Amino acid sequence: MSFITFKIKLAIAAFALISLASCSGGGSSENKNDSTASASSDDNALIGAGSSFDNPLFSKMFSEYNKTNGLKINYQSVGSGAGISQLTNKTVDFGASDAPMNAKQDSAVSAPVLHIPVTAGAVVLSYNLPDVKDTLKLTPAILADIFLGKITKWDDAKIAEVNKGVKLPSTGIVIAHRSDGSGTSNIFTTYLSKVNEEWSTKVGKGSSVNWPVGLGGKGNEGVAGLIKQTPGAIGYIELAYAIQNNMPYAKMQNKAGNFITPSIASVTAAANVTIPADSKISLTNTDAADGYPISGFSWVLIYKEQKYNNRSADRAAKLLKLLSWVIHDGQQYSGALNYAPLSAAAVSTGAAILKSATYDGKPILQ
Amino acid sequence: MLDTPAENNMLTLSDGSLGVIGSVKTPVNVGQKVKRLYRQIRTENIFKRMLVLMGILMILLVLGILLTLIVESMPSIKALGAKYLWGKTWDPVQDIYGAYPFLLGTLLTSFLALVISIPFSVAIAIFLGEYYPKGWLPDFLKNTVELIAAVPSVIYGFWGLAVLVPLVRSLEIKLGIDPYGVGIFSSALILAVMIIPYAASLGRSVIQMVPSALKEGAYSLGATRWEVIRHIIIPYTKSGLFAGILLSLGRALGETMAVTMVIGNTSIIPKNIFAPGNTMASVIANEFTEADKPVYLSALIELGLVLFLVTVVINMIGKRVISRFTND
Repeated sequence: MSFITFKIKLAIAAFALISLASCSGGGSSENKNDSTASASSDDNALIGAGSSFDNPLFSKMFSEYNKTNGLKINYQSVGSGAGISQLTNKTVDFGASDAPMNAKQDSAVSAPVLHIPVTAGAVVLSYNLPDVKDTLKLTPAILADIFLGKITKWDDAKIAEVNKGVKLPSTGIVIAHRSDGSGTSNIFTTYLSKVNEEWSTKVGKGSSVNWPVGLGGKGNEGVAGLIKQTPGAIGYIELAYAIQNNMPYAKMQNKAGNFITPSIASVTAAANVTIPADSKISLTNTDAADGYPISGFSWVLIYKEQKYNNRSADRAAKLLKLLSWVIHDGQQYSGALNYAPLSAAAVSTGAAILKSATYDGKPILQ
Repeated sequence: MLDTPAENNMLTLSDGSLGVIGSVKTPVNVGQKVKRLYRQIRTENIFKRMLVLMGILMILLVLGILLTLIVESMPSIKALGAKYLWGKTWDPVQDIYGAYPFLLGTLLTSFLALVISIPFSVAIAIFLGEYYPKGWLPDFLKNTVELIAAVPSVIYGFWGLAVLVPLVRSLEIKLGIDPYGVGIFSSALILAVMIIPYAASLGRSVIQMVPSALKEGAYSLGATRWEVIRHIIIPYTKSGLFAGILLSLGRALGETMAVTMVIGNTSIIPKNIFAPGNTMASVIANEFTEADKPVYLSALIELGLVLFLVTVVINMIGKRVISRFTND
């Protein structure tokens, strides 16, 4: 009997060895395909990677584009940071990120990278106050004090002052933030750093920061879960997620002093400001009078010089044509998915940036 | 074709590479016997070599992982030094990394989970090993316990968030503590449930291996069932029971997903067992994808290295304890 088990074990071991060998063999050949993908003969399939925020919109846009142009686009929703590092390693045709590349990432790439704004999103403050029927109003100072742990009760005088007529409970404030590194956190902390001196020196901005107080949830759904479950909780989530899940969110006071309800329209409005030629602008706290202050662009990143890794001119042209479609005709799919369409200023800046892309020194788009 | 005995024998041999029992019964002449023995020795050798190869492969794999972790965490070790271990701040913005809150969180949740799970796992082991080794109810219980080990950890996370966290929150309100719900205590409860099967099934098999002569001797001297368990079974199986507990501790140390969902993920040092915290595995899972600076990435990998070493140290201590128990 022990012999039989021995034989079985041997067979299992042998099988494991074989499958291991075949796996690694398969894996390496696949990797090879991936790394030379840009140079591969199949120029009818582009590869992109990055921001998970963009993923639902890209899925819709790329499937529509595929219907009319027959171009396959494989987008991997791996996160902004991972998208940038894949572009740096030249394993993808384009990256996508919710934050412009920082100095360290810039120094890691071998050639200049173009940032093309493709959509805009907003970060909203959602809360759990079952007895409060009116929409809560928040000012930048109150928001920063809450997240710094200085305001700890909902009936604090500062909150009551801007929410006259609202009966605020005396419950303690429970703060929910993202525990995973994310573009959402980046937009939110960039905003707080801009409007509050203490936040800027004590905490700073980034996709992960050292939160002074609060609980962390993984992803939008994690933060939303904490908010829904904990009475007295407040946390920041993406606008699209809040709308889709019917969560209450606060009106924020913008730079002009108006209290703005976050919506697709108010985000687009926030982006209707003078945009620098490289489009690397944070849409937080912009001068727009009717713009929601905690907004941000999402960018597609490509190399300015498209001739690298033996890429064909055809492939480069297809990529540029696709991106041009995304910022023009593709924008019609934004609204239905709760993404803010690009403002007129953003579209014209994006188009100008796309025209600056070259293949072997010659411009690609005319 | 298969009529000749030689052919027949060949078939038996090729059928099972180690077909010793089958072929010994077949009458064969001396020449064939020598040939057969030679063949047999060769298969034996091949088998032995394969075993050695597998063993070496395992060692290489572990050393390779250790080496990769050390090499990849070099930038962080150079930049932060030993301060990394007891630094209390984890601030990716300013490139300050201290693993102390996460080290504390990992050890707190794991040991608390262990303390909670031991009464259950030992009770199940005694019930299945001694009281009811056979029958449909024990079989059902045994399968259920094994099923606990097979449930994916993300499901425990969901269950924890939806069921356990509100319960813990109402307990916290009764106790007058900040009612977060999530925290070290909730994670320890989830972990306790997840690790019960490891200690329980190992405990069950060692309890079943207690020689019946010993037990019968005790009974014939007038010992009660409780006395047999207390004075015969527990002393006889303590190293096995301890090994099972050690195995479950290893599982608790490395658990990621379920813990991430209910621990509250904050890098503030927990003040009590109800406070939110974070574990090393959970931080790695949360922050790895968006670690956009080389030192940051390296600090996260160093966290993996620390986790690896903590597991090794705890295992070594466990081995020492087991061998002391067995020598008694």
